[in-house]
Amino acid sequence: MTGTEPQPEGTTGRQPRDYDDIPGTYVFDGQHSRRGYALNMFCMSLNEAENRDAFTTDPSGYLDGFDLTPEQRTAVEERQWLEMLQLGGNIYYTFKLAIFDGLSMQQVGASMSGVTFEEFSQMMIDGGRSADGNRYQHEWNAN
Amino acid sequence: MAEIIAGVGTSHVPAVGAAIDHSKGDQPYWAPFFDKIAPARDWMAETQPDVCIVVYNDHASAFSLELIPTFALGVASSFPPADEGYGPRGVPAAEGHPEMAWHLAESLILDEFDITIANKLPIDHGCTVPLSVMYDQPESWPCKIIPLCVNVIQYPAPTGNRCYNLGKAIRRAVDSWPGNERVAIFGTGGMSHQLQGERAGLVNTDFDLAFMDRLVSDPAGQAQVPHTEYLREAGSEGIELVMWLIMRGALDDQVREVYRAHHVPTSNTSNGLIILENAVSVTDPAAA
Repeated sequence: MTGTEPQPEGTTGRQPRDYDDIPGTYVFDGQHSRRGYALNMFCMSLNEAENRDAFTTDPSGYLDGFDLTPEQRTAVEERQWLEMLQLGGNIYYTFKLAIFDGLSMQQVGASMSGVTFEEFSQMMIDGGRSADGNRYQHEWNAN
Repeated sequence: MAEIIAGVGTSHVPAVGAAIDHSKGDQPYWAPFFDKIAPARDWMAETQPDVCIVVYNDHASAFSLELIPTFALGVASSFPPADEGYGPRGVPAAEGHPEMAWHLAESLILDEFDITIANKLPIDHGCTVPLSVMYDQPESWPCKIIPLCVNVIQYPAPTGNRCYNLGKAIRRAVDSWPGNERVAIFGTGGMSHQLQGERAGLVNTDFDLAFMDRLVSDPAGQAQVPHTEYLREAGSEGIELVMWLIMRGALDDQVREVYRAHHVPTSNTSNGLIILENAVSVTDPAAA
């Protein structure tokens, strides 16, 4: 059991959940966790200084040690923070890679939500992203 | 017997720890926040609990996806700060209280809360930042610490009701400990925040203030709130607030709100702090 097999949408009979209609949100449930196991465990490995050194020295060779799908590997190599979540990543794990890169959570948040760091930071200073208009997917579809 | 004297609810934002560690408290961004927590620090210095039970969640530091305990209690004699990828925070190791912690573990399990027992538990910002919020930068933490780690990362987190009832079981366990320790219990995490996805940056101050109101006056009702309401209203990481219900469950049904603070933003997070004392302290001579 490697836990790395991507599960094709629609063929494995994912059970609908009442949180599926929250927009822009990837709830880290069992299906998500199965898909992202190797990706998240790669990120987790960066907690250890010697692993950070090894990843710095030979990024490709280091990634070979983890059973990532080609899509996950590309997302890591190209630092596609949103795609990592869509491929099973969990933010607390993928943020280990951001820490490795010297990024802050606001920089990653800006990337995932498609705005500049300055825009994201100012949004937080102004009180954050309002819940109003952001609770349901249909509210986003309308815009 | 030992006594739970108070509960503290507080966010555990890494950036707050970094601001303390790097003496940024006077900067314009941080000064308003630290002004708001100053009275809580004064209360802590005056109250001086012997033991703090810190309910927090690990963030891929001590536990990975290899093993995901819903509740894990630290019974070690010492808990070092974890390396979360930056190198460990420059804060003291937390001195544990193995005798009391083992009593809690035994009592909880016999009370049908099948808790995981952790002899090795590096503590990450989830545990160390609340200590820094309440104690600032002492050379050593002025209390013994029993960490209680809760899974809130892998869905599903324990329900609010389970957390609230665990708090009640902790209360029974502390009450049955023969020592005379004065114990504070921290519920940490939250308040509203979403770190991930296109909806990153969500903050819901109305939800947060209502949560604190209900935590005080109707915790059993708040304990019935389902996960999806937290996810939708308070953001994907706002689910951490269920840990405040463990703290609340360990207190009397009637509590006195000693202090409350709320501040937006600290990094990406709506930051809350509340201090609750039992409405009638058993050590209050007037109640004897």
